[in-house]
Amino acid sequence: MFSGKFAAFLNYHVIETDLLIIGAGPCGLFTVFEAGLIKLRCHLIDALAEPGGQLTEIYPKKPIYDIPGFPDVLAGDLVKNLIKQAEPFKPGFTLGERAESIEKMENGHWKLVTNKGTVHTAPIIVIAGGLGCFEPRKPEISQLERFEDQGVDYIIKDPEKFRGKHVVIAGGGDSALDWTIFLADVAQSVTLIHRRTSFRGHLDSVQKVMDLSKSRKIKLLLNSEVTALHGDLKLEQVEITNFETNENSLQMADNFIPLFGLSPKLGPIKSWGLNLNKESIPVDTFDYGTNIPGIYAVGDINDYPGKLRLILCGFHEATLMVQSAFKRIYPDKNLVLKYTTVSGVKAF
Amino acid sequence: MDEVIQVKVTDLDGVMHTIDAPTDMGLNLMEAIRANELPIKATCGGMALCATCHVLVHSNHPLPPMSEDEEAMLEQAFLLDIPHSRLSCQLHLTQAMNGLEVELGESTGA
Repeated sequence: MFSGKFAAFLNYHVIETDLLIIGAGPCGLFTVFEAGLIKLRCHLIDALAEPGGQLTEIYPKKPIYDIPGFPDVLAGDLVKNLIKQAEPFKPGFTLGERAESIEKMENGHWKLVTNKGTVHTAPIIVIAGGLGCFEPRKPEISQLERFEDQGVDYIIKDPEKFRGKHVVIAGGGDSALDWTIFLADVAQSVTLIHRRTSFRGHLDSVQKVMDLSKSRKIKLLLNSEVTALHGDLKLEQVEITNFETNENSLQMADNFIPLFGLSPKLGPIKSWGLNLNKESIPVDTFDYGTNIPGIYAVGDINDYPGKLRLILCGFHEATLMVQSAFKRIYPDKNLVLKYTTVSGVKAF
Repeated sequence: MDEVIQVKVTDLDGVMHTIDAPTDMGLNLMEAIRANELPIKATCGGMALCATCHVLVHSNHPLPPMSEDEEAMLEQAFLLDIPHSRLSCQLHLTQAMNGLEVELGESTGA
């Protein structure tokens, strides 16, 4: 462990908290609130760049009808409200990073490192990982993986990276349309390739892409697909096949961005020594503890007899779980149930 | 028991299961498969948003046409080009489906 000047020099920074929550979906966010009521601090880690989990990523505009007290609420609005509800307790966030490995330290606390090397420590880990980490769906193109980070990107974090570049985007959904529109003003050239003739994104985005194509600000290739990648060390060209004409053509490309959505995978959690039942983590319904003391699992990722994968059930699980986590952190302290109607919400 | 139909479901190991499925409970095929405890991932729960309930339809039963959402999801998951592909969550069970034969797609176990 580095310390003092040396630590500052290496930018070695450890995030310390009480509850380290993996997954910033509805259940993880509500855990912050329930933990905050009993004065436990939380930090959330999520592979996605935004909190909200699948509600934000998959169905933000879908109404949910079974949240008690809300006859209907859009998934995206529920997330906004959960963030607002958690705010008084100042949760920390490590977003866009995947929880990679855990290790028990000498003091009994956990050390968790993400795939980007961010280090967190906490006495308690709460896995609220839902369906797992969302990973990009990859098209089957030979050599695709060889060019990853050498021209092939699945997620755009810094659009400036594409300034002055020849960019080829593949896909027919909103993210393909939105990034085509955005990068049209940034990149040297943008080519959008779609396997079909119609798009399924927002109508105004589709219209904008059509307009950009008409004014030749972008190149639009329909009924087409990228079928091969060429280059020495870095990507230089993509090979495009047109289904109608069956013709192949080569196009200069510094970057190829396939945008075919995300699909969830349990990921590195699999190798943490937790009992697993297929892709879920069995827990004791007494406190939603896993087989490893100090690690809990709440929400869609856990499993127990009678389990229902419902947001409202996850809220209940989180509420009971934090009580047990408190007793584990402070074995000598008594915890008295307090009602928010009586005590209010005392912000940190 | 007129409301119950039978559907033949071949799992990823190639084993065919004949399942009973009620048509009066508003179920879709994915839910009937799940209710019979056959392995089907069906991650998104039936919103045509994940393609992990993908099936190949092997009989000639008349099925409702694909919605735009279903077609788009199959396309995005690179499954649209596989003949007879459907999302089982989008197939609402009706009497006309009695005897339907489907095979679970690879993504149902991913």
